[in-house]
Amino acid sequence: MIERIDALRGEGEAAIAAAATTDALEQARIHYLGRRAELPNLLRGVAQLPPEQRGAVGKAANVARKALEQLIEARGAELAGAELERQLAEDRIDVTLPGAPLPPAGGLHLLNATRREIEDVFVGLGYTVAEGPEVERVYYNFDALNHDPAHPARLRTDTFYVADDVVLRTHTSPMQVRAMEQHPPPIFLIVPGRVYRRDSDATHTPQFHQIEGLAVDEDITLSDLKGTLLAFARAIFGDERQVRLRPHFFPFTEPSVEVDVSCFNCKDGLTREGARCPLCKGTGWIEILGAGMVDPNVFGYVREHGYDPERIQGFAFGMGVERIAFLKHGVSDLRLFYDNDLRFLEQF
Amino acid sequence: MRVPLSWLHEYVKPDLDAAALAERLALTGTEVERVVHHGVLSVEGFVIGRVLSAERHPDADRLNVCRVDLGGAEPAQIVCGAPNVAAGQTVAVAQPGAVMPDGTRLRKAKLRGVESAGMILSEPELEIGVERAGIMVLGLDGGKPAPGTPLADVLPLATDVLELEVTPNRPDCLGVYGVAREAHAATGAPLAPAPWSEDVGTGGPVEGAAVAVETDRCKRFMARVFEGVTVGPSPPWLKARLMAAGMRPISNVVDVTNYAMLLTGQPLHAFDLDRVAGGRLVVRDGQAGDELETLDGERRRLDPEMVVICDADGPTSLAGVMGGARSEVHAGTTRVLLESAVWDGPNIQRTSTRLGLRSEASGRYEKGLAPEQAQDALALATRLLVELCGARVAPGTIDVDPPGGRDRTNRTIRLRDARVSGLLGAPVARERSAEILSALGFLVDQADDGLDVTVPAFRRNDVTREADLIEEVARIDGVDKLPATLPASGLAVGRLTPAQRLRRRAADTLAGAGLHEAIGWSWSAPELADRLRLAHDDPRRAAVVVENPMSADHAQMRTTLLGSLLDVARRNVTHGTGDVAIFEAGAVYRPVAGRELPDEPYTVGVLLTGAVRAPSWREPAPPAADFFAAKGVLAALLGALRVAWALEPAGEPFMHPGRAAAIVLGGADGERIGWIGELHPSVAAAWELSGAVAAFELDLDRAIEQVPGPVRYTDYTSFPEVRQDLAVVVPQAVAAAEVVAAVRAAGGPLLARVEVFDVYRGAQVGADEVSLALRLAFRSPERTLTDEEVAERRAAIEAALAEQVGGRIRA
Repeated sequence: MIERIDALRGEGEAAIAAAATTDALEQARIHYLGRRAELPNLLRGVAQLPPEQRGAVGKAANVARKALEQLIEARGAELAGAELERQLAEDRIDVTLPGAPLPPAGGLHLLNATRREIEDVFVGLGYTVAEGPEVERVYYNFDALNHDPAHPARLRTDTFYVADDVVLRTHTSPMQVRAMEQHPPPIFLIVPGRVYRRDSDATHTPQFHQIEGLAVDEDITLSDLKGTLLAFARAIFGDERQVRLRPHFFPFTEPSVEVDVSCFNCKDGLTREGARCPLCKGTGWIEILGAGMVDPNVFGYVREHGYDPERIQGFAFGMGVERIAFLKHGVSDLRLFYDNDLRFLEQF
Repeated sequence: MRVPLSWLHEYVKPDLDAAALAERLALTGTEVERVVHHGVLSVEGFVIGRVLSAERHPDADRLNVCRVDLGGAEPAQIVCGAPNVAAGQTVAVAQPGAVMPDGTRLRKAKLRGVESAGMILSEPELEIGVERAGIMVLGLDGGKPAPGTPLADVLPLATDVLELEVTPNRPDCLGVYGVAREAHAATGAPLAPAPWSEDVGTGGPVEGAAVAVETDRCKRFMARVFEGVTVGPSPPWLKARLMAAGMRPISNVVDVTNYAMLLTGQPLHAFDLDRVAGGRLVVRDGQAGDELETLDGERRRLDPEMVVICDADGPTSLAGVMGGARSEVHAGTTRVLLESAVWDGPNIQRTSTRLGLRSEASGRYEKGLAPEQAQDALALATRLLVELCGARVAPGTIDVDPPGGRDRTNRTIRLRDARVSGLLGAPVARERSAEILSALGFLVDQADDGLDVTVPAFRRNDVTREADLIEEVARIDGVDKLPATLPASGLAVGRLTPAQRLRRRAADTLAGAGLHEAIGWSWSAPELADRLRLAHDDPRRAAVVVENPMSADHAQMRTTLLGSLLDVARRNVTHGTGDVAIFEAGAVYRPVAGRELPDEPYTVGVLLTGAVRAPSWREPAPPAADFFAAKGVLAALLGALRVAWALEPAGEPFMHPGRAAAIVLGGADGERIGWIGELHPSVAAAWELSGAVAAFELDLDRAIEQVPGPVRYTDYTSFPEVRQDLAVVVPQAVAAAEVVAAVRAAGGPLLARVEVFDVYRGAQVGADEVSLALRLAFRSPERTLTDEEVAERRAAIEAALAEQVGGRIRA
């Protein structure tokens, strides 16, 4: 009996080792350990043996069964691993095909992206942001900004009118007066928004965007304007930039200046190739905005709101968002901003 | 304003080249647009010659072969085509090697077989005049200048010219001497006395001419009478200066008036006194029926807002803009009435705009000149008429003020040292301020705390306050020198308002959803309302109308963003980009009855057409945008804002009637803030769009108003959620939202969420039925729900579905 068990174990071990697939291994398991196999039957038949044989035979059969079970498990894991590898090796993809596209990224219009960039600079400098009405009273657009009654900007050739005393605002400056009517000093404010002038060519669109700035307190100086715009220019155009003030004339500031930023496209007016820089036209400076100290006459319109021109002073500036975007991104024709061609919009 | 540098140098000569002077002027407030060169590039090779003989060319009738003494040992042989060349003339000659103003280099040449070693010159060839009939004859009787003299010693052959952009507050810089004063202040170079300081005329009454001023639009009218005038060409130096300054020489009398204007900034006009009927001028406002032929030959109809100068026969000159043909100086004129008047600036500007007639005079007058300037120009022109036109100035000067009197304001302003440094942020020494202001023509006296500054007449309109003086000091001392400081803004805290941040979040969400932002025009065409098939009483037909639009397409302010979104879609589809996903965020303009200004609600519009995704090898034909694509974008947008919203079936005239809805805030019956849907195919076709066009538009400000404050944390860990699916069959007519609403109501507070995740129509349900698969989630914040509790809620939901929407549960 014992011999038979040993023989079965030996046959079983050989069959398990010889099984080349998980299917063959399963056949071997059924043959040696299955319901009808000899070894389990021997175990089941132990009870019929004489009592003196029962212990030895039962033990031997049990040991043999467990040994075979372990071998099957080990061999099964081995075969399954090998078969998985074979399967995976056959499951080959063309890794050079394009990836599955994500939903395509959209984007903000370059003008609004630029507007945000500028807003964030001034928010960082302590300014709040306000918008004003685009359809505006002549009073705020011209009168309270110290425009002479005969100022040419008031002409219907220059400004859109919707009524005798209502215009499409020609600048974001009307919000200066509105803001001062609503808030006593100090005031640190920027006003982004759409403005309108009757002009249309490669460098003018009848609708464009400005950002107005207003800083008013008891001791704000022209030097503060310079420092503020220097910080702005460096944030937008790079840390190496310088700014230069040139005296100019605007009705609602006195003194008035135009502000140039040192050209970021060249060195001293010459490109790397030694040609005259097309951006600054060889001057080394690019005009970016107009500014000045708020004219006392403007404070005169809001005197009763806490703006005594003898006690209060400050600066204002106004810049064109199109111009900043055009300079920074090399957009050659301002009308491109309003064509909204996706081939343009997708570039930024 | 063109300022020839050679002319400027007569009054101020800074030790700077043209470019350096231009930069210095630019940095002190006089913008120089560019520096150009006028005349020959080099004076080399241009000399005086004397024609020794001039004989007919053997082979050409119109050419003369001349022997010309150029100061050398042998005369030069020069072939000349001018009909007026003759022996004995002193002429201007360009020798071989000389470079003409247009850049061509002269060479020895053979003209019809005869050698020519140079060219005898005419005025236009040197850009110093316009006389084309022949060569310039500089003398006839020998003597000086001697042959061989460099031509540049005799004629102004070349000069740099500054092209200035003069700001409207500085009409004093519309004259060469005014610019010289600026250059003097800006550079410190000495300034020569004003060229009008010596007057050869006299005051007192004038015989034989009279002027009456009947309108206050005339600020001062001065005039003098000249007799024995000989009209003829001006001397070469005068012609050359006018040419360099950009004006054509005409005749000596006219040239003198123009020259005096260019130098002083004050326009003048010469009348032929014998053609002034009655010898008396009346200055008055225009009257109905007034007509006038101006010097340019145009017949002008005048209106009561224009000022006209009349004689006994009626209008004879348009004040401040252009003289009349009838009293024009002509070749035979011998008596001249010279007008030096000042007019109301805005009125001249209006007249000039109304008639479409701009002149050198109107361009100066419209800026507002000082009455005192009339005197200066008159004195200067008097001297020149006497010197250059053989005129005798009659005794006396006509000097008439308007009925309301003349502006004689003489303002003295205190300039406080403390105010200078307080406004600029850096001190300027009092002596320096005084030096600058004196150089600019102000009178300066010392005061306790600064200076008392008296404003000269020519700056009267511009400088009226202390701030204006500070500007004068700052710009000349140099604003570019100021330090760069930051305000001590201790109280200022910069931030965006919650609404501004939410606007940004809305745009970011749409961009993140794959849409590109467009910026359309704020205007629309009035026909847009018809193209969108809006009803005649649709509020979007009421628009803010622009009185002077650039084009009919932009005649009113937009009341919807849809028009510009459709324009953008059409543009892109036409240009080959068929898949369009765009949005715009901005104002629309809604007139409000009884208010001056319209509402400008901040509105968001979205438009989708074409494929929702780019095709790929996995999905060669991605689905086209439709109602649900737009609704998905809407859900992302309002979800990002965390506002509750719903759609209610509701049409818009421009939409597909079965695929349109109103966007409402909160639940059903909430406030309507916009619309969503697919466009009606015939509306889309009007924009040449053929496939489905899905869009929505909503009032973002009203959505933002509903955004809840800070979100409070909800416990999600302590008690688990129980999820169940439920399939219910309902009649087709029942909207999914009604089913969800019934479930929500019956589920009570334990029902945390319900959503439709599948829709089935087909064989397994009735023909007019639809099966909706719902996902339910039950949760209690206080305890773990028991199976019985959930089963009870589910039973209630099933009962409600059967009762309220005719639903039957699918097994």
